[in-house]
Amino acid sequence: MTGVMLKDIRKAYGAVEVIHGIDLEIRHGEFVVFVGPSGCGKSTLLRMIAGLEDISGGTMTIGGEVVNQVPPSKRGIAMVFQSYALYPHMSVYENMAFGMRIARRPKAEIDARVREAGEILQLTPFLDRLPKALSGGQRQRVAIGRAICRNPKVFLFDEPLSNLDAALRVATRIEIAKLAETMPETTMIYVTHDQIEAMTLADRIVVLSGGTIEQVGAPLELYERPANLFVARFIGSPAMNILPATIEETGATTTVTLAGGKAVTLDLASDAARKGEAASFGVRPEDLRPAEGEDFLFEGKVSIVETLGEVTLVYIEGLTADDEPIIVKLAGTRSYERGKTARFTAEPKALHLFDADGQTLRR
Amino acid sequence: MGHLVYALVTVVIGLAGAAIYFYASNLLLDRALPYRDAEGARASRNLRRANAIRPWLFMLPAIVILSVYLVYPVLESIWLSFHGKAGIDFVGLSNYHWMLVDPEFRESIVNNLLWLLIVPALSTFFGLVIAALADRIWWGNIAKSLIFMPMAISFVGASVIWKFIYDFRPAGSEQIGLLNAVVVFFGGNPHAWITIPFWNSVFLMVILVWIQTGFAMVILSAALRSIPDETIEAAVIDGANGLQIFFKIMVPQIWGTIAVVWTTITILVLKVFDIVLAMTNGQWDTQVLANLMFEWMFRGGGDFGRGAVIALVIMVLVVPIMIWNIHNARQELR
Repeated sequence: MTGVMLKDIRKAYGAVEVIHGIDLEIRHGEFVVFVGPSGCGKSTLLRMIAGLEDISGGTMTIGGEVVNQVPPSKRGIAMVFQSYALYPHMSVYENMAFGMRIARRPKAEIDARVREAGEILQLTPFLDRLPKALSGGQRQRVAIGRAICRNPKVFLFDEPLSNLDAALRVATRIEIAKLAETMPETTMIYVTHDQIEAMTLADRIVVLSGGTIEQVGAPLELYERPANLFVARFIGSPAMNILPATIEETGATTTVTLAGGKAVTLDLASDAARKGEAASFGVRPEDLRPAEGEDFLFEGKVSIVETLGEVTLVYIEGLTADDEPIIVKLAGTRSYERGKTARFTAEPKALHLFDADGQTLRR
Repeated sequence: MGHLVYALVTVVIGLAGAAIYFYASNLLLDRALPYRDAEGARASRNLRRANAIRPWLFMLPAIVILSVYLVYPVLESIWLSFHGKAGIDFVGLSNYHWMLVDPEFRESIVNNLLWLLIVPALSTFFGLVIAALADRIWWGNIAKSLIFMPMAISFVGASVIWKFIYDFRPAGSEQIGLLNAVVVFFGGNPHAWITIPFWNSVFLMVILVWIQTGFAMVILSAALRSIPDETIEAAVIDGANGLQIFFKIMVPQIWGTIAVVWTTITILVLKVFDIVLAMTNGQWDTQVLANLMFEWMFRGGGDFGRGAVIALVIMVLVVPIMIWNIHNARQELR
């Protein structure tokens, strides 16, 4: 079994600690995606698993073996880099064979493995070409092929799609998903800042911020039940609307007053001690719908309408203190006039509430 | 003081002259082929013609100067090579015949060949190794500055320094030459190093290696830094050790730059002159082509014909390497 276990993993550059004690268990054969904004430490963490960065503190095990001091090539890992990192002076074949040549594998085995990887990734016609004669997508496939040839127990991806254009990114993402399906015994760890990649590829997503884990969970779990304000804002596009609120009534249901004075009752239980506390009220743009009559959640002036065809985005201003607009995402094409007042509402169970520390109040 | 003013005035006149030339020639061209006030078809024709002429106009000074100082000397050398001592009587191929049978010419060719094999190889090799190692230590930049410093010394100055290193005093007296001092310290006998054939050539080559290693190091250091870190990290993951990474991943990626450095030093070596002149003046079997040419051309009354023949040989040897060098450098730029 080749799970990856991180216990209180820390990374410091001199006196500056950038990874603050990560505890994480990645199961055998699982596809885990590290996601987070720039500088959250996701790439550093991946490079520590790869062995390209020293581990300042904590214990890391791969397949039950402590690997803190094990060199990268002995960890049973393979890595795909954002910049592909192909050896520019070697043909596609040589690129994929290099690791096995270094390991002095027999020629026949090298040839068989390279050709098999070439077959899987449709690189057979390009085996004799130099990387510079390939397109970006082909180069990334070679990089993946080179990793497959190492026959790794753990497959590491460091933002592998970031250098590709939009169309190719989607195609390659699907290829990676298919590849992962054909290698059920291989554990995959994938770093990205793109939440669509995270949502579509992952068995579980690890949301990182500022060198700590914010939440670990299945994609839909993160979307439906974010653990805190950070995850709520990070997962989903456009981001969840957040309004300052005050808790008024507690009990089996909770009633809050929004910044504008509107009282809203949420379908979640809360402690009596919370009464009077400041909180953040959240609702996703796609959970909002036009309100009929007096039963509404928001009322405000429409400032911008973006018609994208499959959805219409309506921006409403003047509801939050910092002038961040409330965004409403409606299916299809809708006509709203700028400057006119509009009302929107949402199902009670689609509403989120976060305490003053940004932690979610659980249902 | 007078010199300074003189130099300053020359610079000002030179720059102003150049500026006036470009401005005035441009103006004249526009006057001769007016396009602003002319009517449609003529205006566009004039504009097209002016644009065809303008580059030539601007390049004219450079072309003239290059012709006078490069092309003319080559032609004159060819002409001189078929003429006698004073460059007046036509002597046919006799200078070429002399060259083929002259033992000193043969010696020079052999020595030049040795220089050619040893100096570019050693300079490039040391430069590459130092560039690679200096990046790994904290005092690497200090080391690189020290190694680069000889580049700033003229060949003659360097020769003077090394003359002291190779200096010989009879056994028993105090050795002021560093090399002999070290040899004597370890119980050996002092030698007059630069008089020992074959090895004396090598000792002269050491001087040029000492100078050129800095050049190779600087260029190759920049090239090594341009190698993407990820390719090295990928090789680490592939299990390559330090030497394998260096020779199989790093060196192949900067092969073009190594070739440019190598050929640049090769061209320099073919023209090596100052070091030999200052250290041995070609005595004790250390003669090289450039010094031999200088000797025939300007010493003992001079023999323009024979000097010119040797000059042509040097040129014929340098030109192909030069072309290859430029070709390589262009590919590097791409």
